Amino acid sequence: MGIRFSLVAVVALVLAAFLGVGTAGLNHFFGVTVPSIALVVFLGGVVFRVLKWGRSPVPFRIPTTAGQQKTLSWIPQNKLDNPSTKMQTVGRMVLEVLLFRSLFRNTKFEIEKGPKLYYQWEKWLWLASLAFHYCFLVILIRHLRFFTDPVPFFVHDIERLDGFFQVGLPGLYLTDAIFMLAVTYLLIRRLIIPQLRYISLPQDYFPLFLLFTIGTTGILTRYFTKVDLIKVKQLAIGIISFHPVVPEGIGVIFFIHLFLVSTLLIYFPFSKLMHAGGIFLSPTRNLPNDSRFKRHVNPWNYPVKVHTYAEYEDHFREKMVEAGLPVEKELDEAPVTAQNSTEG
Amino acid sequence: MAKVPKPNELVIEHGFPQTGWMDTPAVFRPGNFSYPGKAKNLQALGLPNPREWSPLDEDWKLPSNWKQIILEGMRERLDKFRSFKIFMDICVRCGACADKCHFYLGSGDPKNMPVLRAELLRSVYRKDFSLAGRIMGKMVGARDLTEDVLKEWFMYFFQCTECRRCSLFCPYGIDTAEVTMMGRELLNLVGLNIDWVVGPAANCFNNGNHLGIQPHAFKDMIEFFVDEIEAVNGIRCEPTFNRKGAEVLFITPSGDVFADPGTYTLMGYLMLFHQIGLDYTWSTYASEGGNFGMFTSHEVMKRLNSKMYAEAKRLGVKYIIGGECGHMWRVINQYMDTMNGPADFLEVPVSPMTGTRFDNAATTKMIHIVEFTADLIKNGKLKLDPSRNDHLVTTYHDSCNPARGMGFFEEPRYVIKNVCNNFHEMPPNTIREQTFCCGSGSGLNNDEFMEMRMRGGLPRANAVRHVHDLHGVNTLATICAIDRAVLTALMDYWVPDVTVYGVHELVANALVMDGETERTTDLRGEPLPGMEEDSENEDV
Ligand code: HEM
Ligand code: SF4
Ligand code: SF4
Repeated sequence: MGIRFSLVAVVALVLAAFLGVGTAGLNHFFGVTVPSIALVVFLGGVVFRVLKWGRSPVPFRIPTTAGQQKTLSWIPQNKLDNPSTKMQTVGRMVLEVLLFRSLFRNTKFEIEKGPKLYYQWEKWLWLASLAFHYCFLVILIRHLRFFTDPVPFFVHDIERLDGFFQVGLPGLYLTDAIFMLAVTYLLIRRLIIPQLRYISLPQDYFPLFLLFTIGTTGILTRYFTKVDLIKVKQLAIGIISFHPVVPEGIGVIFFIHLFLVSTLLIYFPFSKLMHAGGIFLSPTRNLPNDSRFKRHVNPWNYPVKVHTYAEYEDHFREKMVEAGLPVEKELDEAPVTAQNSTEG
Repeated sequence: MAKVPKPNELVIEHGFPQTGWMDTPAVFRPGNFSYPGKAKNLQALGLPNPREWSPLDEDWKLPSNWKQIILEGMRERLDKFRSFKIFMDICVRCGACADKCHFYLGSGDPKNMPVLRAELLRSVYRKDFSLAGRIMGKMVGARDLTEDVLKEWFMYFFQCTECRRCSLFCPYGIDTAEVTMMGRELLNLVGLNIDWVVGPAANCFNNGNHLGIQPHAFKDMIEFFVDEIEAVNGIRCEPTFNRKGAEVLFITPSGDVFADPGTYTLMGYLMLFHQIGLDYTWSTYASEGGNFGMFTSHEVMKRLNSKMYAEAKRLGVKYIIGGECGHMWRVINQYMDTMNGPADFLEVPVSPMTGTRFDNAATTKMIHIVEFTADLIKNGKLKLDPSRNDHLVTTYHDSCNPARGMGFFEEPRYVIKNVCNNFHEMPPNTIREQTFCCGSGSGLNNDEFMEMRMRGGLPRANAVRHVHDLHGVNTLATICAIDRAVLTALMDYWVPDVTVYGVHELVANALVMDGETERTTDLRGEPLPGMEEDSENEDV
C-alpha cells in the first residue's frame, strides 16, 4: 500500500510538470516560482528544524560507549569509540558522518535448528548507502557549475575526475551510474527483505522513487534531449540572483527534473531526510563519555522527594539499637514524628 | 504462573503476519508479560493511579483523562530531552537495528525489532506532534493514541531490557533503550508499571534496598557470610556497619546479600577488604547499589540514587566503592553526579594500598570494585594462586550497562586472567560492545516472564554453548548482580553444564590470605583441584 501510494505520488508530480509546461505553458511557474519557493522552504525549514531540536536541552551524558573507557593509566583507552575529550568526540563524529562507522558494524542473523544463531557478514547496506551519499554529493557539487560564474576550480576538478571514469558515449558520469544503482538497491532491499518490507512506510518509498526519477530525468536531460546548458545556467543564476528569466527552448524533461528537485527540497526539512542534520545532534554519538570526571549540570534539575536517613532511623531505631548498629539519636532522645524532606 | 516450554519445544519463527503492524493487536498471554505493579508499591513511591489490575482484563482502570495525561507527558519530555525529540524524528527505517535485539532473535515477534518498538511511540508522535501526521494520518505512519496502543506500549516497553545493543548499530545512534525509558515514564503517568520494578523500587526507597531487608537483618546476613568464610579458610573478617569516619563506603546490590550465587561474590568482597586491611563500612541505609528507579522514570532514579551521596556525607567517608552491578554503574556513570552532585564533601579516590589516584572518577568520587582490584593486582598487592581456579574453564559475559553505558571491558578481563588459568572469549559478535543481554534486565527478571526471558537470553546462551562445546567452558563470569541470578536460570535452561560466577568470587578463590588455614575447597565448598581426595576422606 505504501509503495503504491508513493509511486502514484511521484507519477503525479511528473505528470503535473509535463502537463503544466508541455500543455499549459506554465514555464515561469515551474521554472522560477516553484524552485524559488522550494529554496526558501528548504533553507528556512532546515534552520527551523535544527533550532527546534536545539531548543530541547541535553540533560544527561548518554553516549553509547563502543570501546574501552578512559581508566587506569596502563589500560589503553579506545579514543574513537569511547571518546573522553572534545577532540576525540569530533573524531568519532567524523567517522560516523564520513564513513558511516556504526552502519559498518552491521551483521545479518541466521537461525538453525537447535536453536543455533549465527551472525553473518552484511556490509551491502553500508556500501550502498556510502556509494549513494557520495555520488549524491558529487552530483550536487557538479551542479554548482549552473549557479556560479566563473565556475570554482573544485567543480571543474571533480567533473574531470568523474568524467575520467566516463563510461560510453556521450560520457555517462560514473557517479550517475553508481547513484542509480545504489538507489535501486536501496529500493529493492526494502521490497525483498521481509523485516524491511514490514517496517517500511510510504515516506520510506517516496524519497527513493523521487530520487530515482530525479536521476532518470537528469540523465535523460543530459544524454538524450541534450538540453542547452547555457540556457539552464541563465535560469539558475536568475533564480539565485533574484533576476529570474525563463529562456525559450528548454525541453519539458528538464522542467520535470527541476520540479522533482524542488519537491525534494520542500519535502526534505519535514521528513526523515533530516537525519542529515540530526546525526550531528545525536546525544549517543556527539558527547564525550566524561561524566565520571567532569561535572555536568542538568538545566531542569529539580528537587525530588527522598527518604532521608533521619526518617529511616526513626523507623528502625529500635531494631538498629538492638542489633548494635550505631544511631544518630538514642532511643530516649528520639522524637516520635518523622519529617519529610524535599531536599534533592 | 505460565508453564515454560522445554528448550526443544520452544518454537522460534521469524515470520510476519499478513496484517500490517498497526493492525496487529498485542495479545497478552501467560509468559509474555510481567505482573502489574501492586497498589501498595505505587503508593509507597507516591506514583499515580495505584490500584489492582491485570493486563488480561479488558478494563485497565485508567484515569478518565489518561490520553491527555500521556500527550502532555510526551510534550513535556520532548521539551526536556533532545534525545527523545531527535530519535522521534530521524529514523530512516533502514533496518540495521532490526535483528540486533535479543528479544527479536529469540521471539521472532516483529514488534521486538528495535525499530518497530520505537515506531509504536513514533506513530503517536507523528499524529500529535507533526503536521503531516495530523493531516495525512495513517498514510504517513501516524495513528491515534487509543487504549489498544497504550496496551501495546505496555507489552513492548516491558519486553525491552534497555540494553542499547540496537543503538550501537544505528547509523544515527538512535537508542531504543532511551525510547523505552521515555515510554515507561509515560506509562507510569497513568499507573502502568510492573511489580518487579515498582516493588523493588518501593522497598529500596523505604528500607534502603530492593529486597526490603531491614537493618538488623542486613547485618545478620553479612555476619553469616563471615562465619561461612571462617569455615573455608579460618579467617574471620570484621565488617562494620554505618560507621562514621571510615575511609570508604562500600555499596553493592542487595541481591548479593540475599541469593546464591551472588552471596559468594559478596564473600569475595569481604575477604579482599579484610586481606588488604581497607578501612571501610557498609551502610544499611544505602544498602542497595541497583536502582530500579531507572526502569521507572528519571525522577525515581534520582530519588533512589540520592542515598549514596547522602550516606557518604553523613558518615564522613572520603569516597565510595561500588560493587559488581550492571545498571547501577550506568546510573553512576551517566546520571549520578548530574542528578545528585556535586559530591564536594568527598575526595578524589586514592587507593590506600597502591597510592593510585582515580582521576577517571574525579567528580563522581565513586570507583568500581573491579577497577580497584585491577589496580591492586597490577601493583602486586595481592598474593594470588590462580591454580585454585583450575577446576574452572571460564568465559566472561559483558553486562550491557557497563559495556555500552560506560565502556568497562579490560578491567574485568585483566582481573579474571590473573585469577584463572583457563579463560576463553566468546565469539566477537557477542562480547564487549556487541555483547548480548542476559534477557532479564531492566526489571524483567521475574518468574512469570520466564518464557520470554529464556527466549531473550538465547543469543547469550548460544554463544556460551559455543565455547562450552569448543573449549569445555564450564564457568560464566560476570560483574552484575542481576546476571548472577538470571544467567543461572538461563544456563540451566540452555547450557546446563555451565555455572555462573561473580568476578570477585573468582578473586576470593585465588586470594592467598595472611594466616589462612590450608584451603581445600572453594567458596562453594567444592574441592579445590588436587584436593578431591581429602574432601572425600572428610566425608567418610
Ligand atoms: C551524515 C551522515 C549520514 C548518514 C549516516 C546517512 C545515512 C543514510 C542511510 C543509512 C540511508 C539509507 C536509508 C534507506 O535504507 O532507505 C540514507 C538515505 C538518504 N540520505 Fe542519508 N545519511 C547521512 C547524511 C545525509 C545527507 C547530508 C544528506 C543530504 C542530502 C542525506 C540524504 C539522504 C537521502 C536523500 C536518502 C535517501 C532517501 C531514503 O532512503 O529514504 N543523507 N542516509
Ligand atoms: S538502525 Fe536507526 S535509522 Fe535504522 S531503522 Fe534502526 S533506529 Fe531507524
Ligand atoms: S535496548 Fe536492547 S532490548 Fe531494547 S530494543 Fe534495543 S536491543 Fe532490544
